[in-house]
Amino acid sequence: MKITRISRIAALGAVAALALAGCASNEGGTSSNAPSDGPALSGELAGGGASSQEVAVQAWTAGFQGMNDGVTITYDPAGSGAGRESFQAGAVQFAGSDRAFKPEEIEAGPFDGCVEGTDILELPTYISPIAVIFNVEGVDSLNLDAATIAGLFAGTITTWNDPAIAALNEGVDLPDTAVSPVHRADDSGTTENFTDYLFASAPDVWTSEPDGVWPLSSGEAAQGTSGVVAAVAGGNGTIGYADASRAAEEGLSTAAVKVGDEFVEYSPEAAAAIVDESPFEDGRADGDLAIALDRTSDAAGVYPIVLVSYMIACQEYTDADVAPVVKAFLQYIASAEGQDAAAAAAGNAPISDSLREQVNSAIDLIAAE
Amino acid sequence: MTTTSPPAPPAPPAGAPIKAKQRPGDRVFSGTALFAGSMILVTLAAVAIFLIIQSLPGLTATNDTASILPTNFWDYVWPLAFGTVWASFLALLLAVPLSVAVALFISHYAPRRLAQGLGYIVDLLAAVPSVVFGLWGILVLAPAVQPVYSWLVTNAGWFPLFAGPVSSTGRTIFTAAMVLAVMVVPIITAICREIFLQTPPLHEEAALALGATRWEMIKMAVFPFGRSGIVSASMLGLGRALGETMAVALVLSATGVVTFSLFTPGNPSTIPANIALTFPEAYGTNINVLIATGLILFIVTFAVNALARYIVNRRKEFSGAN
Repeated sequence: MKITRISRIAALGAVAALALAGCASNEGGTSSNAPSDGPALSGELAGGGASSQEVAVQAWTAGFQGMNDGVTITYDPAGSGAGRESFQAGAVQFAGSDRAFKPEEIEAGPFDGCVEGTDILELPTYISPIAVIFNVEGVDSLNLDAATIAGLFAGTITTWNDPAIAALNEGVDLPDTAVSPVHRADDSGTTENFTDYLFASAPDVWTSEPDGVWPLSSGEAAQGTSGVVAAVAGGNGTIGYADASRAAEEGLSTAAVKVGDEFVEYSPEAAAAIVDESPFEDGRADGDLAIALDRTSDAAGVYPIVLVSYMIACQEYTDADVAPVVKAFLQYIASAEGQDAAAAAAGNAPISDSLREQVNSAIDLIAAE
Repeated sequence: MTTTSPPAPPAPPAGAPIKAKQRPGDRVFSGTALFAGSMILVTLAAVAIFLIIQSLPGLTATNDTASILPTNFWDYVWPLAFGTVWASFLALLLAVPLSVAVALFISHYAPRRLAQGLGYIVDLLAAVPSVVFGLWGILVLAPAVQPVYSWLVTNAGWFPLFAGPVSSTGRTIFTAAMVLAVMVVPIITAICREIFLQTPPLHEEAALALGATRWEMIKMAVFPFGRSGIVSASMLGLGRALGETMAVALVLSATGVVTFSLFTPGNPSTIPANIALTFPEAYGTNINVLIATGLILFIVTFAVNALARYIVNRRKEFSGAN
């Protein structure tokens, strides 16, 4: 008697589990009108690298897997360094990295997942503006230029009512509070891009080379983007830098940065614009779209403090089966639909159409079928 | 007429103990106790061997082999070791007098019912997870003490420990030490309470009979008896403070400078907090470097404990254990 009752309950549970498994959350999420050409794709892709792209990659994975049932994609956000190393070892088929490989690194190799003698592709598919956030009582918006920002973070400007800040902000009542710069304690692509901007635009105030690890020992350190945002929000007279999507969430005041003669607030369009204004690096292979960001550009409407993160893939894979899957995945990432899906989830800036054209011609170089 | 005494039973060989009868229960229990004791030693040995083997590539690493090192391993670990010892020392400085006072109050001053309730509440403090303490520290304590730091730095900045500039968020090594002290107080209090209750009542009554006040009685009878116990309790608390990870990782603004200033935004990090924060994105030789810092922490803890034991053993004949 008891046995049959238990087996009845167990059978009911098994049926319920099997039925509910049919309602998996990553099916039918995005309405796709992108045609999946040819035979259905299948396979397993492993990727790894930058944690800055983590949320965007999740959105791309969900969208792509939704359109292609037979594909499974995994991404391990262990950091750009780890991602590049795994890609060179052939352990992952694509890598996310906050900086492109240096030419000497490409020369030295090896790239075990790619066919000997072929090139790698580096596609700038993730653009995220970095906002300068601050928390000063009574001040809601600020105009700052590169030299002033560098002075605030380097510790040469020590109070908020310094003449350098007052000169840029007519009519704003600046208090006498001490300036407390907050930076990232960990090795981060956000820090690397921010210090690159400071070094390129204000080299006489900011003399340290761009680095993922904050070069100065002054100022307050916080862990991760959320740590910086919390530290700035929790103090008075604090100023910091963080990924723009998170800064918007907390409702912190952000500074407008001087470009040419005007002050530009961060926005997805302005961030994408600076990438368009910047040239590609010379001396690289056709599929290697590493961008030399022109932080000192004074074109109209650009926001120079951005983080550009790359997707790295092989042009010719030693394992020919993964090539069509990687190609289709990268095409989805670069497409307007993919970029919008990521922007909705991660708050990054979708790439412009001109950049999309060049990324697509690079993706076409992948040898698949 | 001679009397002959009956032959004496054969005497046991000189010095051999008389064996008690061993029942199965005795054998099982002694075997289990032996097994448990040796398991502890085996586990400790296994941890030590793991640490040593995994740290060897890290100890000899330089900037070329491990990207996490600016120059070499010893420059990397020195600020961390300093920060660990300094934060734990400050935490003990705050915690031990407080714990001894609370334990004395519970064992000698409070009425019985109040003593039991207070003891229960202090034990409850030990059950709070350390992450919760970290969140409390960063969200409540740091903003609350920041005005105090500001006042001290402005008015007493001449004192080397109070040198400015003052942190505007309050996330300094002194705040971290306060959070550590709150975590360590229940451990020390619980042990000290038991020790003070073990003081022989005869000693206490003798002191009182000679006309001592209650405080003099405590000084004469309780403290000498409990001194080694207080040191043991402090060592247990120090062990927790040295190894505390999440609370320090959340609260401290760690920039890696070696400084004694208590209220500045630049503070050395501690070894466990550094491992917790850096490990998720570490790879290759960097992992060996982090494990090597763990080995250094192991050695530091071992050294501090040995020092404490030596201090206690010097006065062994005065300890209340005999």
